[in-house]
Amino acid sequence: MTPDKAKENLDNQLKEIINWHFSDDTGTPFWLDWKAKVGWDPRKEILSFDDIHKFDHFQDEWLRDEKNERFVPLGMKGKPFNVFETGGTTGLPKQRVGWDDYKHDYEMFSNTLSDEFFPKGSNWIMVGPTGPRRLRLAVEHLAQHRGGSCYHVDLDPRWVKKLIIRNQIDEVERYQKHVIDQAVEIIKHRDIGCMFTTPKLLESIGERISIPGSGVKGVFCGGTTMTPQSVRFWVEEVLEGKTHLVPTYGNTLMGLAVSRPLDDSYSVTYYAPQPRAVLRVVDPNETAKTMPYGEFGRVELTTLTKEFFMPRFLERDEAIRREPTNDYPWDGVGDVRPFGAMTKKVVEGVY
Amino acid sequence: MIPVVPLLRGGKVYSSLDVQNVNPVTGGDAVAQVTMSNSGLIKRDLLNLEESREALAKFTTQELLDITLAAGDIFLNDDLPVGSSGQLQSPEDYLLTLAATSGLPHSLIRMNMKRLHGVFSQVPTIFKGLSRGLSPEVLDHGYIDQHEVKVAFVPTTNALGVILPSNSPAVNALWIPSIAMKTPVILKPGREEPWTPWRIIQAFIKAGAPAEAFSFYPANHDGSSAIIRNCKRVMLFGGDDTVRQYENDSSVEVHGAGRSKILIGDDEIENWKDHLDLIVSSISANSGRSCINASCIVVPKYADEIASALADSLVTMEARSQDDPKATLSGFANPKMAEWINGTIEDGLEEGGAKDISLDKRGGTERYVQKDGMHYMLPTIVRCDSIDHSIGNTEFLFPYASVIQMPQDEMMNSIGKSLAVAAISKDQKWLNELVAADHIERLNVGAMPTNHIEWDQPHEGNLFEFLYRRRSIQVA
Repeated sequence: MTPDKAKENLDNQLKEIINWHFSDDTGTPFWLDWKAKVGWDPRKEILSFDDIHKFDHFQDEWLRDEKNERFVPLGMKGKPFNVFETGGTTGLPKQRVGWDDYKHDYEMFSNTLSDEFFPKGSNWIMVGPTGPRRLRLAVEHLAQHRGGSCYHVDLDPRWVKKLIIRNQIDEVERYQKHVIDQAVEIIKHRDIGCMFTTPKLLESIGERISIPGSGVKGVFCGGTTMTPQSVRFWVEEVLEGKTHLVPTYGNTLMGLAVSRPLDDSYSVTYYAPQPRAVLRVVDPNETAKTMPYGEFGRVELTTLTKEFFMPRFLERDEAIRREPTNDYPWDGVGDVRPFGAMTKKVVEGVY
Repeated sequence: MIPVVPLLRGGKVYSSLDVQNVNPVTGGDAVAQVTMSNSGLIKRDLLNLEESREALAKFTTQELLDITLAAGDIFLNDDLPVGSSGQLQSPEDYLLTLAATSGLPHSLIRMNMKRLHGVFSQVPTIFKGLSRGLSPEVLDHGYIDQHEVKVAFVPTTNALGVILPSNSPAVNALWIPSIAMKTPVILKPGREEPWTPWRIIQAFIKAGAPAEAFSFYPANHDGSSAIIRNCKRVMLFGGDDTVRQYENDSSVEVHGAGRSKILIGDDEIENWKDHLDLIVSSISANSGRSCINASCIVVPKYADEIASALADSLVTMEARSQDDPKATLSGFANPKMAEWINGTIEDGLEEGGAKDISLDKRGGTERYVQKDGMHYMLPTIVRCDSIDHSIGNTEFLFPYASVIQMPQDEMMNSIGKSLAVAAISKDQKWLNELVAADHIERLNVGAMPTNHIEWDQPHEGNLFEFLYRRRSIQVA
């Protein structure tokens, strides 16, 4: 696909999604009320993605304060929905509604996985946050889509964050051991070929068993900062240069951004599942502007599906703006890290 | 080409992809690059220390003592590898690089080099002092007959972890004897000071020590945590909060504020002028950065006169160029540290009950000054009404002391926990009470500065007892 064709696809998707969420027949109550309040109609004024900055940033409070039913498009009315949650340590967490987006996202992701390292029919294990998270269903769907089953070991990141904030590091370690004990037992005694987990849990599992020696051929990992040195360490030592690593960047609001194949620099660059979601690296002080290629800026996410429209959400991450590739002819985000990581302490927990 | 300092993983060189510049304190181009370790790598290495331990076990303790002796001369005099590309660093290069990144004056670095050399060269005496006179063979056989009694020791750890600070190269003295004690070291250098531990390691290796015994991990806080959480014995340096955090953890030895003091007894107070040089030296040696520098002078009378005389003597200690042979005052690599110290003292003075005696001696000028892009705190003597004043019993990283007046019989119960106490008195009854005082770690009796060290006396914890514990043994 050429960059022009990718841009055309994105503009078409944008127009279709805006039309869906802002029309009286199929629209979303939240966005219909928003349109009445601001006094302009995105269907008339947003003609291409270049106009996206006419929207202000989507506020994450809306996902806490608004009832979930207000985000159900009239076009989906009557269809029971999933409620997925993201983040949160105290109070009501952010929530979003969904139906089949996670299936589409993970089927697209499945197309990027090699059959050599993620063999069709293999069983999976997911060691990470389950509970109300989209990831729980998504990884299981991925396993089943590829013909296998999925085992789960839960981890509650909100509890871990609380423990870290209270400086109860002993308790963090005990909890982490409790999680790893369960994972190791399953990997040892069941036929597991593929795994999803977070980087820190991956390291801990690798301290207990040989991951390739246990039959795990491919690992996809996500959830936190992945510096080139860390990625190199996981590839060369934790996975012993045998099990294949696929870093991913995603969350409940976006879906899953895949990484381009690693090279000797071990720098990870992700590409959003465009046109269903768009990642921009913007100037933190002037967010309508994207940063020059090669420079750090704040990550801005726009989600464009019939189930969920979310324009210009400022993520709590920063990244390097990277050039398009032949496989992904749109901007990538590289070396993602927490926004302000160089100037303040950020609690990342067991992710 | 500037040197790139790699990691050492059980003696094996490893160049991390996370490379950080080490810049001169005064600005300008980087003088070196340091490759940083990720915490997972450290954790993984600490699971596999057998090779490091076995490498040292192949030597007798006596051989390791001899290697340590030889390493001292090499550290002081030889060109040694720096970085991963085979570059060599002369002693003078080491001095200049350390001065550039730490802000220490050349004269103090030379003094610290000699002090470190002293540790290397006194290591047999140190071993004897720490092990209470045991023969070195005890670590070769695990047990030994001493005075017709079998004494046996078992290691408490596979390695000694050390989280080093950036502000004082001499603290490396604390871990040097562990090699002769057959214990590998896991070192996390301070951000601005990888040079001294690296050079010591290279000196050891050149002298014949097995490289496997040395691990060197420049790292961020998560790397320190990995060492603290996964090494069975760790030495670290920190303030009161850090001391409190680990006070019930026998695997962690925290070297915190010393709050070292000079006490003058009733019998010697009329001779206070004779002891002035000793007091000045206790406050100002090594630019007041050591935990054994005196930070509180407690006297039964003449406190005002003593404070004034001390301030007079110390006012000559000025901010000078780093290469000035007369420079004895260290600058701060981190100006925020100097600002914080100055603010704390000013807040204390504003409370009342404390007066900055040095202020007038300086002609009313500021305590916090800058010279050649460096940040300095000028020596400060504060006369406090009470030792309980917020700046009456505290310690800062520059020549600072409070002067307190109180009756001799109240001193022992008022001074609180003190690393080093120099008691200037011949009053045997009082000295006996001080000898029995549990809150004094090191007692120097008589006219002796707080920073005077005898090599056969353990300094701030006993390394031998930290690395080995006695156990019973019966042989049929």
